[in-house]
Amino acid sequence: MLNTKDILETVHMIDAENLDIRTITMGISLLDCADSDIDISCRKVYDKVCRLAERLVPVGCEIEKTYGIPIINKRISVTPIALLTAVSGGNPVKYAQTLEKISQTVGVNFIGGYSALVHKGFSAGDRELIESIPEALACTSHVCSSVNIGSTKAGINMDAVGMMGKVVRRAAELTKDDNCIGAAKLVVFCNAPEDNPFMAGAFHGIGEPDCEINVGVSGPGVVRHALQKCPDGDLTEVADIIKKTAFKITRMGQLVGTAASEKLGVPFGIVDLSLAPTPAVGDSVAHILEEMGLEICGTHGTTAALALLNDAVKKGGVMASSHVGGLSGAFIPVSEDAGMIAAARSKDLSIEKLEAMTAVCSVGLDMIIIPGDTPASTISAIIADEAAIGMVNSKTTAVRVIPAIGKQPGEELEFGGLLGSGPIMKLHNDRSSEKFISRGGRIPAPMQALKN
Amino acid sequence: MKAVITVIGHDTVGILAKVSTRCAEYNANIIEVTQSVMEDLFAMVMLVDITKISCEFTDLQSALMDLGEQIGMKIHVMHEDIFNSMHHI
Repeated sequence: MLNTKDILETVHMIDAENLDIRTITMGISLLDCADSDIDISCRKVYDKVCRLAERLVPVGCEIEKTYGIPIINKRISVTPIALLTAVSGGNPVKYAQTLEKISQTVGVNFIGGYSALVHKGFSAGDRELIESIPEALACTSHVCSSVNIGSTKAGINMDAVGMMGKVVRRAAELTKDDNCIGAAKLVVFCNAPEDNPFMAGAFHGIGEPDCEINVGVSGPGVVRHALQKCPDGDLTEVADIIKKTAFKITRMGQLVGTAASEKLGVPFGIVDLSLAPTPAVGDSVAHILEEMGLEICGTHGTTAALALLNDAVKKGGVMASSHVGGLSGAFIPVSEDAGMIAAARSKDLSIEKLEAMTAVCSVGLDMIIIPGDTPASTISAIIADEAAIGMVNSKTTAVRVIPAIGKQPGEELEFGGLLGSGPIMKLHNDRSSEKFISRGGRIPAPMQALKN
Repeated sequence: MKAVITVIGHDTVGILAKVSTRCAEYNANIIEVTQSVMEDLFAMVMLVDITKISCEFTDLQSALMDLGEQIGMKIHVMHEDIFNSMHHI
């Protein structure tokens, strides 16, 4: 029998603590759309995705109403477009324009998969796609791009890292009149998951089924609220509270994913057990860390607090779902988190501390605004550092930095919506990494790769 | 199929009557009602059978939410599965 206290707790979580399903993402394989003529290929992509995703948004809205739980985003991820470019040749931007048209036809918020996987090297289509990313992101508004440049098994492709520094800069330059938004839609990964429902890094891996539904949950506000009820408990109690809360949040994700999969007649993939913040007050991961007893996110102790949080979220969530995947863990996107924005503004949160935090959380240096005069080689070096953390620790890491082209220190970028806003963070721009990056080649896979 | 109706707000006369009248209009059968006062707020939870309702579930939801606005209460109508999945293993 249902308990009144439990019912009111759920209603309060949704009403006052920003509990929501962050995204239902439909993953669609485009392998059967490849054609040696790029225009035919684009048409097949459009037809297939529109056919499979036609009911995604209405079904999402119906589930939202039935269960009374907000589903913030309905999205699509597709096979890395570099694989199609390999077959069709031609200008890959045509695919980006096709994806943009699809997003408008089916009404999704974002469509991810303008991607290439080059962790060991480039194959046909990869270079062309990577070079086209800045233009593709400038001429579309719903398309997201990602490039995997390293893995624990393969090491780090430093030629690709070198390229990506330039691509990130160029993506920002081409969109400098629109808050450099191009770079905010581009993620550089190490150990990219193939079933990630979150943008901008979502793509549909080649080992995935033809079509599936993945769900990303959220709920930093709920975790913080639960911790507020235990102001003096020790950290074991704190971990237990987070686990119990994560369990409840994830169960909701499992329910929504199962319902969506049944209604759409598409297999259910995974729940991504994530604490994904938004810029809204009361929906911040930084504030959870502060609730644990840190004066401000970024001070000493932040890495330990985040490690506890990240681990407890996974432990609580894993039993609540039949299949867990994606990024799963706590996100720390600076411009998307009210507490992180405040800590970055007051300079209590530095890029060095964020880098340390990425060793223990689920993603990487995410949504960080950097000076507009940052050389491409420095961006590449940031990517290499972050990829090294992911490679050695057998975890996903990513870099999504936005060079604030034409802005002066002290100014801010305002992306609006879930992408938020934030101040420019300080880098070691006066000390070059140029020579290191220009060497190129591959950083060999670490001993951790040799598990067999 | 059952749904849970929650009514939260400041206590006034006739809340139960108004909500149950609206349920009856749509043929939603009330199975159980509990009321409590939490942090100065009146909270009523109703379990209703919606298998024989005379409209779509979403119409019942809209009708009750509109009623909530009229009487100054926050009314949610949610499928019972969300509570079962979140609070029962």
